[in-house]
Amino acid sequence: MSSKTRIVITGIGLTAPNGNSLPEFRANLLAGKARIAEIDVRHMGRHPAGVCDFDATKWQKRKEIRNGTRVGSISIYCAREALGDSGLNWETVEKSRVGVYLGITEHGNVETENEIHNISQFGNDTKYWTHHHNPRTVANNPAGEVTMNMGITGPHYTIGAACAAGNAGLIQAAQMLQLGEVDVAFAGGVSESIHTFGIFAGFKNQGALGAHEDPTKASRPFDKNRNGIVISEGGAIYVLERLEDAQKRGARIIAEIAGWCINSDATDAVLPNPERQAECVRLALKRAGMRPQDIHIVSTHATATALGDIQECTALREVFTDCPETHINNTKSFIGHCMGAAGALELAGNLPSFEDGWVHPTINIDELDPECAMPGLVINQAVQAPRLEAILNNSFGMLGINSALIVKKYGVA
Amino acid sequence: MTKEDIKQVVLDIIADIAPDEDLSAVKPEVRLRDQLSLDSMDFLDIVMELRKKHGIEVPEADYVQLASLDSCAEYLFPKFQAKGSK
Repeated sequence: MSSKTRIVITGIGLTAPNGNSLPEFRANLLAGKARIAEIDVRHMGRHPAGVCDFDATKWQKRKEIRNGTRVGSISIYCAREALGDSGLNWETVEKSRVGVYLGITEHGNVETENEIHNISQFGNDTKYWTHHHNPRTVANNPAGEVTMNMGITGPHYTIGAACAAGNAGLIQAAQMLQLGEVDVAFAGGVSESIHTFGIFAGFKNQGALGAHEDPTKASRPFDKNRNGIVISEGGAIYVLERLEDAQKRGARIIAEIAGWCINSDATDAVLPNPERQAECVRLALKRAGMRPQDIHIVSTHATATALGDIQECTALREVFTDCPETHINNTKSFIGHCMGAAGALELAGNLPSFEDGWVHPTINIDELDPECAMPGLVINQAVQAPRLEAILNNSFGMLGINSALIVKKYGVA
Repeated sequence: MTKEDIKQVVLDIIADIAPDEDLSAVKPEVRLRDQLSLDSMDFLDIVMELRKKHGIEVPEADYVQLASLDSCAEYLFPKFQAKGSK
């Protein structure tokens, strides 16, 4: 297979705190509707969080749900919905030629914390530790649950990439399709992180946990008074195919993967590095054969931390100079930070712009931080644009992992 | 606790661990695996729930005694009696 082999998106399934399908999610993004709740976090009291309310029993038996994991249910829901959206005739698809590649920020914290709590009720006697622990916590769990539910016998694994994971899942799938390892890929990112107190406590003690008396305003990237991350759960899984295969079956082509880059800061475990971020974006553009001016939407990673937002803006200002047609937005302002799912969900929310001609805003900006001011930043209200043909999707994560994925409207040179 | 009570205890546990199963017509003399969709992990769940909810231990060598509701009742009856007399 040539590395020039073109890869296209032919199906999308998702669950976000403000939508259980792409049309619902998109409608809420264009309408400026955030959905963040307050939940009880073990040992920590009430905190804002993005909670998904999809119906897990749509695609799983109750025993599967009981024995599996929350993120397994999220993954199965998204994969099944993506399959339906793709129009693939599942009966005739060769299941050994299907791969599942899911990005995760972390996995196993939820189940481990639950069991530690469980045995604490029994004097910490480990004979009360569940025998389901290992299948629930192995790192391939979410992807493996998808294969068992759908009868997929091709490769499956997760890609651990901190909060760059959603892009990383899609990139891995595109590469496997180009290599000819599989014919159909289910790929994206998933997260169940709201169910682990450790993530909340870690961010809180790092001074990076967002709060606001109105939970829907707690996640406010680029606002001067932003105070940290709102942790959310969610998932977005795409069906990817080689262009010629999609054309052969007459598939509806949603968009084409144009280019990507993953690189590393090699500087700090938590502080981002704008120089490496800019390099990452530039290399993705180069691989796509595009100029900054060719990007019409930049979907930012910004998580509403004091420094992180400024660092990303610094990187973007450096790359996107003199780009009057480039719009910049942020989806975390609506749904919080969906961790491993963030990049995949944020891309999905922007994809309908190719058809509807709108760019959703970043909301919750009461007072723009001057250090985050950028030309093209779409603030609080959606805008229409005459030409929307390419999206740059940024996702960055701890340990200095950066990812940039470029997706373009199908049929555009 | 009677043997019929013990059968109900086991059925209640199965209702939790296999919520998709119809337990209205389970035959007590027939192996549970032959009439319900239960695997080895499910039987470990039964053992765990007996331990957690009732303080009953079932050693691995005795797992075979949990094959049917009748055999569960016969095997567990003295264990529940011993618990009750404490």
